[in-house]
Amino acid sequence: MFPVLKAASYILAHTPEMVLNNGTTQTTEKIVNPESEYLKKVSSSLRSFDEVVSYPPNQCYIGNITPDELKEMGMPWVGKAVEGASTLGKKGEIYPEDVFIAMIKAADAFGLVILEKEFTEAVRPKLEGYKINEKMKNLPAGVELAKIEEEIEKRGAEALLFEGKIVGCVERAHDIDVNLNAHVIFENLVVKASGAMAMERLFTLNNIDPKDVDYVIECSEEACGDMNQRGGGNFAKSIAEMTDCMNATGSDTRGFCAAPAHTLIQAAALVKAGVYKNVVIAAGGATAKLGMNGKNHVEKGLPILEDAVAGFAALISENDGVNPIIRTDIVGGHTVGTGSSPQNVTGALTTSVLDKAGLSIKDIDRYSVEMQNPDITVPAGAGDVPTANYKMIAALGVMRKDLERSEINDFVANHGMVGWAPTQGHIPSGVPYLGFAIDDITSGKINRAMIVGKGSLFLGRMTNLFDGVSVVIEKNPGLQEEEGSISKEEIRSMVAEAMRDFAASLNQ
Amino acid sequence: MDLENQRRVLDLTNEYGAENVVVVLGAAEGEAAGLAAETVTAGDPTFAGPLAGVQLGLRVYHCCEPEFKNEVDADVYDEQIGMMEMVLDVDDIIEEMTAIRSEFTKF
Repeated sequence: MFPVLKAASYILAHTPEMVLNNGTTQTTEKIVNPESEYLKKVSSSLRSFDEVVSYPPNQCYIGNITPDELKEMGMPWVGKAVEGASTLGKKGEIYPEDVFIAMIKAADAFGLVILEKEFTEAVRPKLEGYKINEKMKNLPAGVELAKIEEEIEKRGAEALLFEGKIVGCVERAHDIDVNLNAHVIFENLVVKASGAMAMERLFTLNNIDPKDVDYVIECSEEACGDMNQRGGGNFAKSIAEMTDCMNATGSDTRGFCAAPAHTLIQAAALVKAGVYKNVVIAAGGATAKLGMNGKNHVEKGLPILEDAVAGFAALISENDGVNPIIRTDIVGGHTVGTGSSPQNVTGALTTSVLDKAGLSIKDIDRYSVEMQNPDITVPAGAGDVPTANYKMIAALGVMRKDLERSEINDFVANHGMVGWAPTQGHIPSGVPYLGFAIDDITSGKINRAMIVGKGSLFLGRMTNLFDGVSVVIEKNPGLQEEEGSISKEEIRSMVAEAMRDFAASLNQ
Repeated sequence: MDLENQRRVLDLTNEYGAENVVVVLGAAEGEAAGLAAETVTAGDPTFAGPLAGVQLGLRVYHCCEPEFKNEVDADVYDEQIGMMEMVLDVDDIIEEMTAIRSEFTKF
């Protein structure tokens, strides 16, 4: 039997101070062009927490409005607000920066994060109610600001700011090891904290006992380790610890933006093979990408729209007869021999695998591709990424004569969706739709969706190859008895027969 | 255009001479193509990379422009670029590229 996609969760942490101090567009500009107009304008281009919460794509990300409802609101969404928007989502939550900083402290297993004492006491009660490890949640008393400032000035600690003021810092974990310097430790704690927050929401919102989880696969784009093993790992285990998955182990999978789709397939395979019953895939977010397209946004008079660290988690379990099945037999992939032209890539991920399964491109009701929010990418000159992907699938269909050229726009409208996910690399890649897919498929709105993840491996300078994988999820036909197995009725009749024989033998 | 590609363009131009270099772009949007074209002709508009303030004035074309398309084997073009040509706003790209070339290309 195929494994099922049981639940998915999504979180955003609004981090305006980290946009200014940790986003690489801003930190690079401070080095190469410290007097630039952009740096003068960027602080006044940040959105308030309320604006971030009510921003339509963010309400869609945490599950409070559907992609169809988002589409109906019409682009651009910037400047629009969802009525009755809430930080609490059906599938996740949006956190303010102080709560996120407290979570970074909770994620700190080595005493490398120090927080100011008044800030600590103010934020402490805000962690109540979150199901994270009690010991970790119990923040130690804070320190004087002078101590934090000394760490930042004299020992290169990474500052943590809230509302323009220093409220803490992340210290380096080694004097000379660049992989343990304050910057790397900070980025890694951000991944751990945001990944754990997504898993916490997954468990809490779906009444899942963390003790039932057997294995966690983490699929972000950071690496943790030291100078002797730069990507040694293991974010997954550290997040499992933080979220009380006492019976789980785990490991990290990397593949740039394609990693979440890879992990979805891996998790499904582990469950299908019977190795584990419940596998969680999860990822935290990246501060480096905050404000990545900020220059274009500010130049066009827009606010900084990449102002939140994102995370997600999903649970893949044994077939329950209800939730959508993950078709481990309909898996596409860009292989070493595929080639790099767009039609080869799109073909390998969609039509080739659908052909093998006897399906046409129209048999997939919804394609979840790179679901980047076009509000962010269009003003940056990168276009509407999901729409471009849908057009590529449709154009491939035209070349194969599955579609008429005049049908391209209808295909895009009927089988595609608008993008709503933040541009945090792996975060928008295929997986943002998992939560909605469970609703849409179990409600009967659609029968089948394809999750497509793509990654740009050249950024790592190890290969010029492109990468991508895809998998189909579809309506659960219900639990069916495996061929050759014995039904309850048969067992009953066999027991009854044995009892009759036994009774008969007593009478003799 | 990222800093490393700017470095490559500059190195190749220094090695072979600006009159012998043609840059072929594959950007998906007119605006992005225009920015890259501007970088290799008038210099890096973001003033961040090796081409900041360097006016190479190179010949630059997008792979969907007829000047490039007419130079290559039609079957290979169809196999490698045909699908994307259907997807991209080719008119917008041509407009952007023509404007940049007419203003900044020296050859």
